[in-house]
Amino acid sequence: MRKKSFMSSLVAVPHMVWCALFIVAPLLFVIYYSFTNTEGSFTLDNLTRLSDYGDTFLLSVEMSIIATFFAFLVGYPFAYFMARQSETGRKICMILLMLPMWTNLLIRTYSMMAILDDGGFLNSVLAWIGLGPVHIVGTKGAVIFGMAYDFFPYMVLPIYTAISKIDNRLMEAAQDLGCNGRRVLTRVVLPLSKSGIISGITMVFVPSISTFYISQKLGGGTFELIGDTIERQFQVPSTYNIGAMISLVMMILILISVAVMNRFSESED
Amino acid sequence: MKYLSKVYLVLVFMVLYIPILVLMLFSFNDTSNTGALTGMSFYWYRELFRSEDTFVALKNTLILAVSSSLIATVIGTAASVGLSRMKKRYIRRAVNTVTDIPMMNPDIVTGISMMLLFVAVGTMLGLTEKLGFVTLLIAHITFSLPYVILSVMPRVREMDQSIPEAALDLGCTPLQSFFRVELPMISPGILSGLILSFTLSLDDFIISYFTTGNDFQTLPLLIYSMTKKEVKPDIYALSTLLIVAITILLLLANFSGDRDKRVKKKIAKYAKQRAE
Repeated sequence: MRKKSFMSSLVAVPHMVWCALFIVAPLLFVIYYSFTNTEGSFTLDNLTRLSDYGDTFLLSVEMSIIATFFAFLVGYPFAYFMARQSETGRKICMILLMLPMWTNLLIRTYSMMAILDDGGFLNSVLAWIGLGPVHIVGTKGAVIFGMAYDFFPYMVLPIYTAISKIDNRLMEAAQDLGCNGRRVLTRVVLPLSKSGIISGITMVFVPSISTFYISQKLGGGTFELIGDTIERQFQVPSTYNIGAMISLVMMILILISVAVMNRFSESED
Repeated sequence: MKYLSKVYLVLVFMVLYIPILVLMLFSFNDTSNTGALTGMSFYWYRELFRSEDTFVALKNTLILAVSSSLIATVIGTAASVGLSRMKKRYIRRAVNTVTDIPMMNPDIVTGISMMLLFVAVGTMLGLTEKLGFVTLLIAHITFSLPYVILSVMPRVREMDQSIPEAALDLGCTPLQSFFRVELPMISPGILSGLILSFTLSLDDFIISYFTTGNDFQTLPLLIYSMTKKEVKPDIYALSTLLIVAITILLLLANFSGDRDKRVKKKIAKYAKQRAE
């Protein structure tokens, strides 16, 4: 029997080889490129040159944190209200939320840009009711809005899943024991949906901080985020090395922050 | 309160949908004006279908999605079965951790890391075109694998191990027992893994962007190259067609979409990590 189970576990080998070749090896290449120059000899230059990109890093972190915060601010009540709808209501909400998720990110971003553009739909409507043109595309606000807009369903769904798992009797019990509506929310619903909140935050923050399409379109090329920087470095082979270093640092920072968030929620459970 | 909560939901949905609806509306505009409707026509649709690029990209996208999802499902299903039988826990855990890397990493990092590998290997082999269909296929299989395993693995775990054992006792060879007993039992998981990886492949832009060459373009890549140029409603027309296709598919999927499963898988993943 022991031998048989060893034999049948061999069917996992193709997958293991695949992972080694196409997940582990590429990451090793990122590390290799980070610490070499274009000739392939060892160097720490890329590490010291990172300081040139410090401002871009900070700007990306700042903007994606704000976007995640707004997505949460709008998304939490949304998920909460959605969970309290009737069976049919929840089903309709779910489909309406899924359709944008199924729609390609490029299309969603592009449609948002077409609306907000200087000669776009919003400005035509504003002009029609006699309000002056507003310049939106090309501002930081537009990019932050775009991030929150594009990844909004990814904030709502995990929170919704967590809230709908909460036993209704718990909220009733809290009310019976003298909690008002606000205290039921802060003392019962919020703590019990923490796992959903953390998943939602991660799923909005990670794609936001690494995006390059949203900033290209809604930022109108006026400023650069870390995703744009990485994308630009990989256009020509001569800048692969510094690009690899920036990616490596971004990856490590994201892994650390996700781990810290997971630990943080764990310690309170 | 009940009324107010409905108003809130409707308002947020309006913000979510207005850009998409405006885009669909302007795809029927008869000029390239994207601020005001000047008249209704199918001009941009005719324009879209006049270009061969659209059809080539559509064909490429489907070929890629079908082949990558099939291969990923076969490898991933075998991996789920094999890993669940593996006696050594640390190997199992190590493999699971590595498999999940593409799911946790930002797509751009997955994309550039594979690109570096493909370019290096291509240079070693002396290829002129280092990136193309094959590299794109490898990339799509790789990012689909964690989702296939997450769909199939729970089914394998839930399966009563005494049933395949009974099949063996009754004279089945291990292969017969797998194909006639185990496979039918885990097939719902396999099917959902297949659909999930198919939709992921259809939709992917970022990883494809870094791992494809000049001669293989998919629909998301075509949209990207179209949006690089000036704003023209032919993109609106293409987007409208895609959105309509997606809506029909979504409704056909009997009000229970599969993209939602992707998110659920990810949520389950994070929850599991915290539990450990």
